[in-house]
Amino acid sequence: MSLHHVSGYPFALGVCVVLLLALGWLLRSQRLREKYAVVWVVLVLGLVVLGFVPQITLWFGHVTGVTTPVNLVFILALLALLGVCIQLSLAVSRLEETVRTVAEEVALLRLEVEQRDAIREAERDARDRDPGPSALR
Amino acid sequence: MPPRAPVRLLVVVPAWNEEATLPGVLAELRAALPQADVLVVDDGSTDATAAVARSAGVQVAVLPVNLGVGAALRTGFRHARRASYDVLVQVDADGQHDPAQVPVLLTGLTDGADLVVGARGRGDDAKPGHGPRRWAMAVLSLVLSRVAGTRLTDTTSGFRAFNARAIELFAQSFPAEYLGDTVEALVVAARGGLVVREVPVTMRARLGGEASTGPWRSTVFLTRALTALGFALTRPRTRPSSPPPDLLDIVPAAPQPLETEPLTAEPLTPEPLTPEPLTPEPRKATR
Repeated sequence: MSLHHVSGYPFALGVCVVLLLALGWLLRSQRLREKYAVVWVVLVLGLVVLGFVPQITLWFGHVTGVTTPVNLVFILALLALLGVCIQLSLAVSRLEETVRTVAEEVALLRLEVEQRDAIREAERDARDRDPGPSALR
Repeated sequence: MPPRAPVRLLVVVPAWNEEATLPGVLAELRAALPQADVLVVDDGSTDATAAVARSAGVQVAVLPVNLGVGAALRTGFRHARRASYDVLVQVDADGQHDPAQVPVLLTGLTDGADLVVGARGRGDDAKPGHGPRRWAMAVLSLVLSRVAGTRLTDTTSGFRAFNARAIELFAQSFPAEYLGDTVEALVVAARGGLVVREVPVTMRARLGGEASTGPWRSTVFLTRALTALGFALTRPRTRPSSPPPDLLDIVPAAPQPLETEPLTAEPLTPEPLTPEPLTPEPRKATR
């Protein structure tokens, strides 16, 4: 029984604080772009709110018919993570398409440069062999 | 009536680590289609594919990373559009496609198609597989025949010819996914309003590389093929942004190697010293 005197909320809040600090540090060192950090910050802040006002979870559990409120939190967390995963998949797909287009352009540009170089070299060779036409110009 | 510009034909050879078979294919292409430009798209090869192609004297576009056949082909389509080629022919680098059969493909374009698929005949060395793989082929043929409104028997053949309308469509978007270069491209073409046609050609057994075989891989093929087809059919349509070109009747006939090139009949007369009279004749912009 004595173990029940310790509340779980300070621990949860501590984790949230650590997460926020970690996110802030990643943002500051420019390893994480804001648009991807936003969703995490919002999730962490939501968790903080639930930590301070657990009545929200209880009330929401009654409303949705979930008997154990903590299960509701788990479900919401899973859904949130799922959403983030899908968002990341979308971002990766977009990136792939971008990389593909850029790579194709690079290949074609390189081809163009090579062709231009070849033409220039041929012109130079022709001039070296027969300086007549260029002298007339 | 002014003489029509010669048809500019680009052969695109997507190649990924094909240094062994590529030189033979390129030599055959030169022999069979002396009037065509050849573009090898090196799809991030780790072997000497690009070097081998360069030494054969063809144009080489090197993709910096391996992106798959779809990207290699779209590179070809983009190049063809930028350099305003009239016809693009796709030939695999593994020697499976006989360059001597390209004129057969081109007959499909002259008959009014925008996209021509070279289909393996029944007696060919290149057999389309067994078991689930064959069933998948049958289903693909059935569905794609209905989508394209023409009878298609070999929907995964990569031996194809495209006119400027098809080039325009595929330069914008060429499907990159699994089977995108074959199955999905047909769906995109048909739904984009292009006329698709199949022409029987003879094909050879590939000179290098391996076709995926075995019951497990065949089943995987079946599943993925049907998935790819399903998604392709539910996707929104894209249409070529340019109107159909008036080029269908001037696709080159089968090449006659001994004949002198009739299309470059510009007589080599010296430039007249007097400038041309400045007549306000309406002239088409050449660039």
